[in-house]
Amino acid sequence: MDAQSTTPAIAVDHLVKRYKGVAAVDDISFRLPVGSVTGLLGGNGAGKTTTIAMIMGLVTPTSGRVTVLGAEMPRERYRVLHRMNFESPYVDMPMRLTVRQNLSVFAQLYAVPDIEGRIGSLAADLDLTEFLDRPTGKLSAGQKTRVSLAKALLNKPEVLLLDEPTASLDPDTADWVRSRLEHYRADRGATVLLASHNMSEVERLCERVIIMKKGRIEDDDTPAHLLLRYGRETLEDVFLDVARGRQRNEAAQ
Amino acid sequence: MIGADTGMNFSLNRVAAMVRRYWYLLRSSWPRILDLIYWPTVQMLMWGFLQLYISQNAGFFARAGGVFIGSVLLWDILFRGQLGFSISFLEEMYARNLGNIMMSPLRPAEFLLSLMIMSVVRLSIGMIPVSLLAIAFFGFNLWALGLALAAFFANLILTSWSVGIFVAGLLLRNGLGAESMAWTIMFLFLPLTCVYYPVAVLPVWLQYLAWALPPTYVFEGMRSLVIDHVFRADLMAEAFAFNVVLFAAASLAFLKLLQSARVQGSLLQTGE
Repeated sequence: MDAQSTTPAIAVDHLVKRYKGVAAVDDISFRLPVGSVTGLLGGNGAGKTTTIAMIMGLVTPTSGRVTVLGAEMPRERYRVLHRMNFESPYVDMPMRLTVRQNLSVFAQLYAVPDIEGRIGSLAADLDLTEFLDRPTGKLSAGQKTRVSLAKALLNKPEVLLLDEPTASLDPDTADWVRSRLEHYRADRGATVLLASHNMSEVERLCERVIIMKKGRIEDDDTPAHLLLRYGRETLEDVFLDVARGRQRNEAAQ
Repeated sequence: MIGADTGMNFSLNRVAAMVRRYWYLLRSSWPRILDLIYWPTVQMLMWGFLQLYISQNAGFFARAGGVFIGSVLLWDILFRGQLGFSISFLEEMYARNLGNIMMSPLRPAEFLLSLMIMSVVRLSIGMIPVSLLAIAFFGFNLWALGLALAAFFANLILTSWSVGIFVAGLLLRNGLGAESMAWTIMFLFLPLTCVYYPVAVLPVWLQYLAWALPPTYVFEGMRSLVIDHVFRADLMAEAFAFNVVLFAAASLAFLKLLQSARVQGSLLQTGE
């Protein structure tokens, strides 16, 4: 293996974030290989969003280190921001702008060549063509999510960070979004980190699951190994075991 | 990955993207455009009629026609320049779009430049019709000031950008809790920069503070031009020197506040 292929897409080393003395993220470490899809699970306040925000360079760690595609965040973020993108429920697209206007502004920010062509192909792929000239604020929640996803995929990112990408979507739309993400990952070989409360989503999309609780990593394994180790049939049960502090089913190992 | 970028380079293309974003917003909303013209018109009319009344009843003001209305128009450049800058920034917070922008390759300097351009665009939409109305109603032609107007405008807009940059930093750091600063901070300049009266009216100790503010030189320069018909280039040069210092200080403060916002984690959650 050459150095390029062994460099992780995302490396998190002893990462800590404290707000007024309270640890939101407490000494976590993990490495995500290029092309991997990893789920970040945890209850409310577990530290998922703060972790993702530090990976994006929006939040400065109290201590520890985050590198994305070899660039230390947030210090060297401008070396790699054009190779990353994200979707989060904490941000919206401007509501008064049409979908096309929004996408073209972000495409220009990311220096996407052939902006109209890229928007056209994404719109076709995400079933947005008929909404392109409609104000973004007039769309349904599912349509807005697809627009956010289109924005996240505009620059064909090598690293895609998704925070609750299917929250508030009906099961049909959520399933549809998941299949688009699977396609994108398969086509581009992108590294995906997905924070979610939806266990079936994580089970379907992720080859590895990191479970967080109170800012720390409680477990980190493949979905199959987690099920085996906890002696459970679904990740939801594993999640509840971790959230409620039940012991792993050691006998099942 | 497409759209490769080597790192720290400044991109006018990204600045253009942001200007386009604000222009789309502005043209999609007639109340926003009306708001740009409404208050400057009301202000100009009120002060214009007041000046008309005084000039008909007092010898000095009869000789110094245009002092009040000139002050009003120049004050509006200062005030609306900052407001145009700050409102464009606030639009990102109202739209919850700041995270998208801060996560994009847009550099802080590019973001600020796009806001400066939009402040001039918004100012032009408001001030050009109002300056024409001032000619129609009161015979005061701001444009006749020529080169002096360019010097006044350059200095006032530089100050307005400096204040806008500082307020943007406060908003990043403190969220919409600091929103009132965007609307009111410039009013601190109203008494101190002697918009409607000469600096000599102030107590001596306060005059030192007034002369440390670039707009003071502009308003004194305007009075000198309108009353004594003398263009004071020395005042404009001094204003520019103070503006350079103010702009550098505001930019530094913005970067420090942005850094602090990253530490506090306030870039994603920019609400109250």
